Amino acid sequence: MSITRNDVEHVANLARLELSEQEKEQFEGQLNAILKYAEKLNQLDTDGIEPTSHVLPLANVMRDDKVKPSLPIEKVLLNAPEDEDGHFKVPAVLE
Amino acid sequence: MSVFDLRLSEIHNRLQNKQLSVAELVEHSIKQISDSDDKIGAFLTLNEAGARKEALALDAQLAAGGNRGLLFGIPAGIKDNIVTEGLRTTCGSKFLENYDPIYDATVVSKLRDAQSITIGKLNMDEFAMGGSNENSAYRAVRNPWDLERVPGGSSGGSAAAVAAGQVYFTLGSDTGGSIRQPAAYCGVVGLKPTYGLVSRFGLVAFASSLDQIGPITKNVEDSAYVLQAIAGHDDRDTTSANVEIPDYLSALTGDVKGLRIGVPKEYLGEGIDPQVKERVLEALKVFESLGAVWEEVSLPHTEYAIATYYLLASSEASSNLARFDGVRYGVRADNPSNLLDLYRRSRSEGFGAEVKRRIMLGTYALSSGYYDAYYKKAQQVRTLIKQDFDQVFEKYDLIIGPTAPTTAFKLGEQVGDPLTMYLNDICTIPVSLAGVPAISVPCGTAEGLPVGLQIIGKPFDEQTVLRAAHAFESQTGFHNLRPALS
Repeated sequence: MSITRNDVEHVANLARLELSEQEKEQFEGQLNAILKYAEKLNQLDTDGIEPTSHVLPLANVMRDDKVKPSLPIEKVLLNAPEDEDGHFKVPAVLE
Repeated sequence: MSVFDLRLSEIHNRLQNKQLSVAELVEHSIKQISDSDDKIGAFLTLNEAGARKEALALDAQLAAGGNRGLLFGIPAGIKDNIVTEGLRTTCGSKFLENYDPIYDATVVSKLRDAQSITIGKLNMDEFAMGGSNENSAYRAVRNPWDLERVPGGSSGGSAAAVAAGQVYFTLGSDTGGSIRQPAAYCGVVGLKPTYGLVSRFGLVAFASSLDQIGPITKNVEDSAYVLQAIAGHDDRDTTSANVEIPDYLSALTGDVKGLRIGVPKEYLGEGIDPQVKERVLEALKVFESLGAVWEEVSLPHTEYAIATYYLLASSEASSNLARFDGVRYGVRADNPSNLLDLYRRSRSEGFGAEVKRRIMLGTYALSSGYYDAYYKKAQQVRTLIKQDFDQVFEKYDLIIGPTAPTTAFKLGEQVGDPLTMYLNDICTIPVSLAGVPAISVPCGTAEGLPVGLQIIGKPFDEQTVLRAAHAFESQTGFHNLRPALS
């Protein structure tokens, strides 16, 4: 499998990245090289091998459903690039 | 002898006996940073005023004769992907250049409880992605042993700061080798604990199933001290292991008689610099002289580890970094035409090339039609790699090999070739995929540059790892070598 310029543009769109023409060209070459290298995994027969997503046996962590004070709004908004009336501000979603 | 040459236990005693004050320790650090950091570039943010204020408070407490924590008065540096309340945390990225966290990471709270003082935040590859520290959005860190060479990455600032005697210990984070590899390149001690032993709450996530915080120190005893302070269960981290924390310091007996060591042939084969191999073989002779026994073993899936790692780590990174959208914190593009435009341009302006490359790779590997071929396949190979370790640990107490295949390379030498750069992590990545603990300790030099010995243990058996590492350094003294700069 090899990555085309269209694939790079499609993946950039999925990843919410805007790439320059130079970046598209660079990533096309580099991703192809990395994925070609990654194809060596196909040398291994992994039929019947369980995937390891995590080395620890994970369990849900439950806490008591108790009401606690939330973070103060001014702290929550402290790092917001733009805010208004105690809310994060974004461009209009609905026209 | 410089105060930086003292072990933490010696500093503790001197403070206790009033031969040294906390204020003096802090001033030593600030002066050393001010004298050397224009050359090294290890620090991104300094907490001078805060550190001085804390030092005065601790000295007052010392005079009043109160209880003292494990790291009482010891100035530390923290990698800049570990959040510190009110102290800027950038992750080495322009995206977060103005980010002031509103809470402390659990490890930072634990250091505070142990009464350590945070001197500042340490330079790193952007979002911990890189093996040379050249991917920092601010400046590359330089290796104190040779300023034309890299310190390793991504905790390059954390390792260089200790090597340059700027601070008494640091915290780094290790995903594929980012504590151990820079520790090896800079001639200091770096410990990656077992996955889950140290809380990741407040560590800005890169690859959540691999990331682990650990100490970088001048010697193994200091490493045990810091681990003692930061290990332990945290219910705010769903991946935190609920295990009993032993006394790591009592493990440092110097006795390794009868210890069974496996030496993977794959770690001393093709691609390993002959001088690095020679230092490792010499180290094994030291263990032999101390009564340990070693045999060659095989970790047959080692050659598949790098491909596995980069698929899995990039996939997790593409998911974790989705939160950087320009809305709640970080960079925000000017005059966005709509929400999608805000996301795309903010992320493109905020992230550097390596981060974009990994997001692209991860998004591709997780995308419809490729998930089974790349992501699931890599997770299955991860199982095989983990089984390799399980099998060797049925017969052996430890696995030993080099930390990195070469010594530190020159700045710019590999920057245009990501695949070659990734191959520097061949000895550290399999360990991360298996989630087991490993330490890098200095084992001599090759052409004047430090070589790291990697000692790998069974899950949650940090005691044996530290015991062997301590016995080795006590016998050899390589940890006492310092770069000319300091």
